[in-house]
Amino acid sequence: MSSEPILSIKNIEVLYSRVISALHGVSIDVHKGEIVSLLGANGSGKTTTCKAVSRLLEAERGEVSKGSIEYKGKDISNLTAFDMVKAGVVQVLEGRHIFGHLTVEENLLTGSFIRNADTASVKKDLEYVYDRFERIRTRRKNLGGLCSGGEQQMVAMGRAMMARPNLILLDEPSMGLAPQLVEEIFEIVKTLNEEDGVSFLVSEQNANVALKYASVGYIIENGRVVLKGDAKELSDSESVKEMYMGGGGDEVSFRDVKFYHRRKPCMV
Amino acid sequence: MDYAFFIEVLVGGLLSGIMYSLVAIGFVLIYKSSGVFNFAQGTMLLLAALTFVSLTERMVNFWVAFAITLMIMVVLGIIIERTVMRPLANQSLLSLFMATVGLNYFLEGLAQGVWDSAVHGVNLGISNDPIFLIDKFPEMGLDIIVSYFDMAAAGIAGLMILGLSLFFTFTRTGLSLRAVSDDHLAAMAVGIPLSRIWAIVWAVTGVICLIAGLLWGDRVSVSFTLTSAVLKGLPVILIGGLTSIPGAIVGGLIIGASEKLGEIYVAEWIGGQGIEHWWAYTTALLFLMVRPTGIFGEKEIERV
Ligand SMILES: Nc1ncnc2c1ncn2[C@@H]1O[C@H](COP(=O)(O)OP(=O)(O)OP(=O)(O)O)[C@@H](O)[C@H]1O
Ligand SMILES: [Mg+2]
Repeated sequence: MSSEPILSIKNIEVLYSRVISALHGVSIDVHKGEIVSLLGANGSGKTTTCKAVSRLLEAERGEVSKGSIEYKGKDISNLTAFDMVKAGVVQVLEGRHIFGHLTVEENLLTGSFIRNADTASVKKDLEYVYDRFERIRTRRKNLGGLCSGGEQQMVAMGRAMMARPNLILLDEPSMGLAPQLVEEIFEIVKTLNEEDGVSFLVSEQNANVALKYASVGYIIENGRVVLKGDAKELSDSESVKEMYMGGGGDEVSFRDVKFYHRRKPCMV
Repeated sequence: MDYAFFIEVLVGGLLSGIMYSLVAIGFVLIYKSSGVFNFAQGTMLLLAALTFVSLTERMVNFWVAFAITLMIMVVLGIIIERTVMRPLANQSLLSLFMATVGLNYFLEGLAQGVWDSAVHGVNLGISNDPIFLIDKFPEMGLDIIVSYFDMAAAGIAGLMILGLSLFFTFTRTGLSLRAVSDDHLAAMAVGIPLSRIWAIVWAVTGVICLIAGLLWGDRVSVSFTLTSAVLKGLPVILIGGLTSIPGAIVGGLIIGASEKLGEIYVAEWIGGQGIEHWWAYTTALLFLMVRPTGIFGEKEIERV
């Protein structure tokens, strides 16, 4: 793409507790209005990449030790997690992280606080979120902790939408959900992307669905981007098919993949 | 058994219990927002009361002294957030707890360095006359007498608790606090500014310490022993749980009532004097045997 990316991760390295190296050379661009998926096995560094952008890394005693991250052309290294949300970048955490003792609606409300908006406009946003996530409308008075996994994923995404973000960092939305629900979640992602103009960086182990909805895909392994390309091409590419999507058709879980030979790396 | 007397003791206990609730709420707020038990709360209470007394002793008008002390406690809360909480935000809870221990000794030194370590009397100008709560049926022996001071103190503490409860139930800050208490990381992810919540909570705790310190100080004088006033808050949170404001309220009432009743009805059975130092803890332990999670101790919400 030719336009300036909205998010540009430039060759970053991340250390936890000053010594544990989690990322060594990750570069990712997300353009405005794009869905980019970040694929990789357990421990490859997907969550770390998202947290580097949302600045939640600090809460885990992690730091970006090399490279830089730019959002809308500006370096974010001096911003806090609060600043990032304020600027329109919200992470939806892996494992959903719903406020269990708050109701669904209270969960959504917490997402709106960053805007300091008046009650009327918050009400409107609530309605909008319930329109997008019909399933949780009837659960609004229920405690978040008692919702099903799929509902919780929707609450987490709805909560993020209440901040009216430009970019959502969606970390493993499919985790622990039935295939049908995963499709449903990704359909909503598509709607939010197409109708509301939200850009997405989606981290996933489920390469099939993630590449189906994304325009660009990155494959990360042991803290390094090893493959980047057009989502369509990636899902058609023999090596990716074979190693990540189970070649013959029955799905081999990403979790089982330990080694693979990069027969024809697109570009790195 | 003399029922009128029993009720009188019970009411007296409930009234003093409201104060315990207030102190316990101070612990609960800080625990909810940062997961740490505030070891320094007793000293904060002493500092507030001592500052107020020392000002009035220097001929500062009562309300001016109150306003100044209030401001000092609020600013202190903000400073504690800046210098203690924020730098330690991502450290272990043990470091944070040890920091409140350090803070305790620092504030103790500060209080006695700036002011002194003498014993001061506080007079809030609230009369200590007995009043008849019920005097309609004296012929039936149903007259119940409580001290006016106890009533007034309970009223002030009760109003403060009511205000805090409303604030933390209905405002954005209150909802943010509950969110932070549920899930730190998620709260940060939606952009709730932890540092602002902490500053508010520490400032509010400072104000609680001021109110409780004055009411308590009037009763027992302001000196170093005032720091042990918070020991009355501990059995309350054992019963009510560290995360529940309603728990702190009910827990305070239970401990207050049990303490006074124990003094009158139990003490003679088990050797008399000094029961007040440990009876409240015994009550709490007995209570925990029946309800290990406390009254409103947050149930773990878990789906299977
Ligand atoms: N808080 C932490 N402290 C130290 N090391 C960490 C921490 N969090 C992650 N790591 C390490 O960083 C590496 C990348 O982890 P990360 O969580 O980013 O992987 P992931 O791709 O999200 O994995 P998963 O699919 O299991 O979520 C792993 O080796 C992990 O052990
Ligand atoms: Mg992860």
